[in-house]
Amino acid sequence: MSTDAKKVLTSPIVDNNPIALQVLGICSALAVTSSMANALVMTLAVVFVTAFSNLFISIIRNHIPSSVRIIVQMAIIASLVIVVDQVLKAFSYQLSKELSVFVGLIITNCIVMGRAEAFAMKEKPVVSFMDGIGNGLGYGFILMTVAFFRELLGFGKLFGIEILPLVQNGGWYQANGLLVLPFSSFFIIGLIIWAIRQWKPAQVEKD
Amino acid sequence: MEHYISLLVKTIFIENIALSFFLGMCTFLAVSKKVSTAIGLGVAVVVVLGIAVPVNQIIYQAILAPGALDSMMGVTDPKESIDLSFLSFITFIGVIAALVQILEMVLDKYFPALYQALGIFLPLITVNCAIFGAVSFMVAKNLTLGESVVYGIGSGIGWALAIVLLAGIREKMKYSDVPDGLKGLGITFITTGLMAFGFLSFGGISL
Repeated sequence: MSTDAKKVLTSPIVDNNPIALQVLGICSALAVTSSMANALVMTLAVVFVTAFSNLFISIIRNHIPSSVRIIVQMAIIASLVIVVDQVLKAFSYQLSKELSVFVGLIITNCIVMGRAEAFAMKEKPVVSFMDGIGNGLGYGFILMTVAFFRELLGFGKLFGIEILPLVQNGGWYQANGLLVLPFSSFFIIGLIIWAIRQWKPAQVEKD
Repeated sequence: MEHYISLLVKTIFIENIALSFFLGMCTFLAVSKKVSTAIGLGVAVVVVLGIAVPVNQIIYQAILAPGALDSMMGVTDPKESIDLSFLSFITFIGVIAALVQILEMVLDKYFPALYQALGIFLPLITVNCAIFGAVSFMVAKNLTLGESVVYGIGSGIGWALAIVLLAGIREKMKYSDVPDGLKGLGITFITTGLMAFGFLSFGGISL
């Protein structure tokens, strides 16, 4: 793999994270992070949609009239999301019930649209595909970190396996009720952003 | 009548679309630096939601819902019943995009002052997940036409209320001494988290 493609793939994970720096795709990041399993499925779905929408849009980028490009992009993204939704419904109905409308909301997830518009409309297909995977993973990185803390400290479990035995079940760990509630992910993401910016001071916003 | 009022109060406060479902977060965080712009965007969201939810309700019930086309196509055997609900994502997003375009043209022609004020926000709304999310919830909750009008307007008002409040807080926050790494996005996340915490107390209201 050439260094360029590698950079495109890895830079969105920390250096140019879609959630922490580009402020994209936050909606779904908050609601589906109560367990690692949900976060993992959501990550895979977003990686798939972003990578392939970038690929397809990049392939036809020279044939899309710029006045209707948003509609064309939307049609491609929506078709991919329908595929994901139908596959989830067919093979894992329980999970698709838990994620409810949030699978559909990948359509309006600004990461997908944003990358299509900012990257895939200009670059070659293979690089765009890599960029899609990279941004999907950057999104997933934040999602999995948030889910890790919420599931571990809120339920004492990881992927549904008990790690910290709860007081109710005769263990020693008193579950943190705050982290069960969805808005706790705001605090966790805020703190992650703080941590990333302490590590990479170049990302600090000026007044 | 009482039913509609309680639905309105419920969608504005108890099930606030921004602070309890975290929809429309991208624009919510990005366009909340000033109260005046927040009000403009808030009004635009109320208008689009108030139209988009009922229109999509009609389309869903008349065409996409399982069995909706049966009588028109002359299908009597339940095994051959037509189910187009898998097309709902792509239909909704198309309808929303078209509605926003039409609204833009109508405003430009008949209410130029309002068009000037909303200007850049209208196209942004197409990719605002609050609209798509509210439409998806409308399908999931199986609302009637009357309920969907109330639901659309109510969730719009709820979203507008939340963004104006956040913008107010952020205007004041310019004078506070925030740690470097938290400046901008980080502290906004934490503030929004605290607001969501506050809105949680409305959950105690029973209607």
